[in-house]
Amino acid sequence: MLALYLRDVRLGIRAGSGALTGVLFFLAVVAVIPFGVGPDLNLLARIGPAILWIGALLASLLGLERLFQADREDGSLDLLVMADSRHMLALTVFVKCLAHWTANVLPLVAAAPLLGLFMNVPPLSLGAATLTLLAGTPAIAFIGAVGAALVVALPRGGLLVSVLVLPLTVPVLIFGVAASRAAVADPDPFLQPFLVLCALTLFFAVIGPVAAALALRNAD
Amino acid sequence: MSETANPTARLAALANPTRFLALADRLVPWLAAAAGLVLAAGLAMAFAAPEDYQQGITVRIMYIHVPFAWLSMFCYTLMAASALGTLVWRHPLADVSLKAAAPIGATFTALALVTGSIWGKPMWGTWWVWDARLTSVFVLFLMYLGIIALTRALDDQGRAARAAAILTLVGFINIPIIKFSVDWWNTLHQPASVFRLDGPTIHSSLLWPLLISALGFTFLFLTLHLMAMRAEIWRRRVSAMRRLAARAAEGRLAEGGAS
Amino acid sequence: MPDTHETMRLDAESLSGARGGDTVFSGVSFALSRGQALVVTGPNGAGKTTLLRILAGLLQPAAGRVALSGGGTAWPDTASASHYLGHLDAMKTALSVEENLLFWQRFAGHARMSVPKALETVGLGEIGHLPFGYLSTGQRRRAALARLFVSHRPLWLLDEPTSGLDRASAGRLAGLMEGHLREGGMIVAATHLPLGLAGARELRMERE
Repeated sequence: MLALYLRDVRLGIRAGSGALTGVLFFLAVVAVIPFGVGPDLNLLARIGPAILWIGALLASLLGLERLFQADREDGSLDLLVMADSRHMLALTVFVKCLAHWTANVLPLVAAAPLLGLFMNVPPLSLGAATLTLLAGTPAIAFIGAVGAALVVALPRGGLLVSVLVLPLTVPVLIFGVAASRAAVADPDPFLQPFLVLCALTLFFAVIGPVAAALALRNAD
Repeated sequence: MSETANPTARLAALANPTRFLALADRLVPWLAAAAGLVLAAGLAMAFAAPEDYQQGITVRIMYIHVPFAWLSMFCYTLMAASALGTLVWRHPLADVSLKAAAPIGATFTALALVTGSIWGKPMWGTWWVWDARLTSVFVLFLMYLGIIALTRALDDQGRAARAAAILTLVGFINIPIIKFSVDWWNTLHQPASVFRLDGPTIHSSLLWPLLISALGFTFLFLTLHLMAMRAEIWRRRVSAMRRLAARAAEGRLAEGGAS
Repeated sequence: MPDTHETMRLDAESLSGARGGDTVFSGVSFALSRGQALVVTGPNGAGKTTLLRILAGLLQPAAGRVALSGGGTAWPDTASASHYLGHLDAMKTALSVEENLLFWQRFAGHARMSVPKALETVGLGEIGHLPFGYLSTGQRRRAALARLFVSHRPLWLLDEPTSGLDRASAGRLAGLMEGHLREGGMIVAATHLPLGLAGARELRMERE
């Protein structure tokens, strides 16, 4: 399992340069929003955490399509499915999600504070937004795995993955943004939405890989 | 059509659907008639019911809006049950049921949204508010569209069936979470000042027409669902026979080449 | 690693296979015990690949059943007991040949040969450090074959193993397969070219 994790991280960083593209996309999305809403720093400071979250959500959907498709195209997926009795397929999917997250989403989370500074987001709020991104984006990877597994056989399934996955990510987005907003808006509690966010991540860490494994076994 | 002439696995699997077709043929006219009668009664009662002293005539839209909203959830539940049927028992009819229900469910959900919006304009002064209820129904609508898109995208029937079933079930597990989170989000962002349907209690003079009309729409839904299932089964038979025809033509070609 | 499962055997009973709702073959039965090989021949579209994928547990048979008996706890079913070599090589072009093989060795367990030794066996001793993407078609196929040697599986399911190989490499492969049989392994290979495998039974599949 560790071997699989290391291989996928190495591939993600080395080959597809997926990590770099993801960060660039994140940067581009976040950068165009001030052009859309105007350069009012007060407004940007207020909606900054939400922009970071939406940017991260879109950017982490970007590479999801390839999560299983790359393995299917070179035949590795067959071997991963066959190894079920040795490495449970759901666990294999879980590890692949973690590797995908490490290579593609973790750089986004690391870049988030820098982008937040551009939008005049106060430091406390920035810290909260980064923390919620760290806790919440794995959930997107786990839900995304279901979508990626469902369309693994389609040559151009990328858009469809986003269409299938986005409605399911609504709760993650709500609690992620709520927690990062609550850190500065005083009366709102921070811990409560943050804990719900963590619970969502844990919940999807089970549901996502199990459903994705079911879908992968069916994909042939 | 003769089932014995083409003993391939696919047609054999449809042996059971054949009985279903006969049943559907007999049921559909009765259900349609029941739907027509109950709906007519429900709507007549709706117009006879007293107007709400606050909302005036616009309250009458409730008699179609609320049934649509109920049925949008009923339909999804039906689809989730069908999804279980596909995944656990691999019953061919379960898949037909899921696939046939999705567009109807999406339509009913869209109608619930549209009628809600029309109702909202005089009540709230705007076509759309990000009210918790509206928002969760909107997310439900998006999920319906996703399921339809997935069933259309995969051309292999069995694969499409199981993929749609998995997606439906994952969505079904998520519905309570989405509902909960949207409620939470809504109370955070907006004071609960907007009009709420589940206000104190509905007076019985309004409740009875609502229930009758909901029953009528349920009959309508069942009629449409049975008809859509029937159409889907026929469509599958046609495509199975076309495939057989293609194979037969190929076989003849091969024989002709060999001789 | 010596096998202690003397009685291991693979049984296929009246298998039918379907792809996309169409039955491609039906009524295929055979039994294979240790040291035996089955060569599946037939024209394209006869269902050779489908049969192998059913044996590997990747597809459900439309009818009939596949059973591996006598494998004990180590090899409870065919999927766990087999190396499946499909049309695709299951190698990442961005990683070096050695990295690829090392990954499969660690993932599959039951290590048998070291990676350099396995590469030596298939005649690729010099190029293990190169990225897989730099290799020619024949070299890629040989590197994929090396996967059979880095970890042990009693049953080899080979789909057109000689595709892309020149005559010399194909001959070397035949020798390696015979070696696997001598050690008590089993082989099911689909091919439309003679493999040169002495003593193998043949299963001829025709288009339905």
